[in-house]
Amino acid sequence: MLFITLFLYLAATIGYISYLVTLKKGISVASTSILGISFLIHAVTIILRYPELGHPPFIGIETLSFLAWTIVGIYLLVEWRYKVYVLGSIVSPIAFILLLLTVIIPEGEIHVPSYLRSVWFPLHVGFAFLGNAIFSLACAAGIMYMIQERQVKGHHLGGIYKRLPSLDVLDEINEMCLFVGFPLMTFGIITGFIWSNAVWGTFWNTSPRAVFSLITWLLYATLLTGRLSVGWRGRRAAVLAITGFSIMIATYFVINIIWGGHAFK
Amino acid sequence: MGLAPAQKGQPQGLPLHLDIMNIIVVGLNHKTAPVEIREKISFQPTMLEDAHRKLLETPGVTEGMILSTCNRVEVYSCVNDIENGIREVKGFISAFHGLPIERFEEHLFVCSAEDALKHLFRVASSLDSMVVGEPQILGQLKDAYQTSCKYTAAGVIINKLLHRAFSVAKRVRTETKIASSAVSISYAAVELAKKIFGSLEGKVVMLVGAGEMCELAAKHFINSGIKEIYVTNRTFERAEKLAEEFKGTPVPFNEFHQSLQKVDIVLSSTGAPHYIIKPEDVTEALRARKQKPMFFIDIAVPRDIDPKVNDIDNVYLYDIDDMQGVIEANVKERSKEAEKAEGIIAEELKGFIHWLKTLDLNPTIVGIRERAEGVRKKELEKALSYLKGVSPEQVKVLESMTSAIVNKLIHHPIVALKAHAKDHSRDMYVEVARNMFNLAEKEKEETEESLED
Repeated sequence: MLFITLFLYLAATIGYISYLVTLKKGISVASTSILGISFLIHAVTIILRYPELGHPPFIGIETLSFLAWTIVGIYLLVEWRYKVYVLGSIVSPIAFILLLLTVIIPEGEIHVPSYLRSVWFPLHVGFAFLGNAIFSLACAAGIMYMIQERQVKGHHLGGIYKRLPSLDVLDEINEMCLFVGFPLMTFGIITGFIWSNAVWGTFWNTSPRAVFSLITWLLYATLLTGRLSVGWRGRRAAVLAITGFSIMIATYFVINIIWGGHAFK
Repeated sequence: MGLAPAQKGQPQGLPLHLDIMNIIVVGLNHKTAPVEIREKISFQPTMLEDAHRKLLETPGVTEGMILSTCNRVEVYSCVNDIENGIREVKGFISAFHGLPIERFEEHLFVCSAEDALKHLFRVASSLDSMVVGEPQILGQLKDAYQTSCKYTAAGVIINKLLHRAFSVAKRVRTETKIASSAVSISYAAVELAKKIFGSLEGKVVMLVGAGEMCELAAKHFINSGIKEIYVTNRTFERAEKLAEEFKGTPVPFNEFHQSLQKVDIVLSSTGAPHYIIKPEDVTEALRARKQKPMFFIDIAVPRDIDPKVNDIDNVYLYDIDDMQGVIEANVKERSKEAEKAEGIIAEELKGFIHWLKTLDLNPTIVGIRERAEGVRKKELEKALSYLKGVSPEQVKVLESMTSAIVNKLIHHPIVALKAHAKDHSRDMYVEVARNMFNLAEKEKEETEESLED
């Protein structure tokens, strides 16, 4: 099942990339369908693996698979809303790679500690994940914005210029992701506090993960305020979205994988 | 039997192609005539009613259509005789505009029959345009056709021809990428703006100065759905006049910087010897509009806008050379597509002429006879197989009787067809006859292209 999903993500990747090259409408439609199907199969896979793993897909290596699934889901929504098919050529390979990592990295013996059994934990992680997935799209749109902006500003109107969507659409995706992603991330942090309080009796538990999450949150908060008050947009918004997501990814890989989640005392 | 003499008596020498092949085009365009001549010959919309009436009064002209745009003036007519027709139509143009024929004859181009069809197809497909592939010409041609219909100058032939031309143009547009890349500054500007702003709906454009190119670009922006247009010029009357033309708002020249914050797209082409828009003007406007992007197109030489403006975030500046660069790349791509389009036109022309031939009178008459004779023979055979002991004389009687019935039945239709051999309604008669006798076998159905398309 996992392999079918993996294969379909690969197929979608190839599809979106060949759309990028040929710009044929039929290919984009086919790629979207493939991605949609893989999204559904992936969902079934995650549900079926639940009893097998004995814990929600928020712990250990399984998180990567869950992250891939949320990113694809959010992307499908964005594609449907903005008709930006080229973004698929970034999103589907990401999904493929994340899932591939899930498959190749051996799942170690996981003892689910009692503090992860709190009801607040899945809420905390669920919100955080949705937020992450949305910000990953903001990052992808931001990268495209930077490239397209370079083309338009530098007066190079070649193949890249033709293939990428308009600056306005890319900026709108950035804005939408911020408006939706920020509250989700905030909920994720609040539920994190509550969870911490429920388990350890304190709202703040200093761990590198918590600190970096707060930094990321502050960054997005700044962007949101700037956007609303003085109209930070375009390039600046793109740079901040890319930075925010990079910190998030770094936090995830360095702290979560290497140090094994929140480094709890 | 009864028909044999009539068949013999058919005048062989007379041209039977008194039809669509007798179409001629007399005109001039951007390739053959300079603007000074074109403007003298052009037909303003208010003149068209009178012009169509006078064209139809011209001896030998049976149908007519006048296409008059800023790049071309072409008179399409159906005539009884090509040579005389050309002379008469030239005379009509000269008389209508009160311009001696010697003044413009050298700039005229003339073509007829197959060449005229090809010319029309090329014009409709925008292959004959100054900017190959520009889409406006098709609309202009449709307008010309509708006007001609309105003043009843278009008949069966022009109808048929134009509908075919529209469908050829559609095919060229869908099968080639001829119209897909911007090859004029104004198109390139609109296309670029779309890459910056997504949709142009609700956007505001400002014209600074009043160059011809700017006006053209402004028109394209208006067609792309912008909300508002400001016009500013050193002489305020000129700004007012232009604003009226575009249904925009005139802005005094010394105040235009204050309006910049409301503007998304600036088209500048003044004769100013120095920069009139500086980075600080733009930063200020940008702050007031909360960093919403701005697009500046500077087609003035010397330039109107300080090139440093392009370094500001969310601001995009293109000068005349940048625009030229955009266009050049597109021109190359387009000429490849134009070749493909010429191929389509050649193919369509062949198909159309083949189809016309099926409309010829002679094959139709022969076809009717064959159809009738075939039925007669079959039925006679059937009857004879039922009868026993029929003598050869009796067979002869039956033969001549059935022949007489069949010939008498088809006599009047054929006479009627021939009677209309030379007039207006000939094509219609031929078509009806072919349908009634079911001769339409594999005739290609004419695509009835709707005019709204």
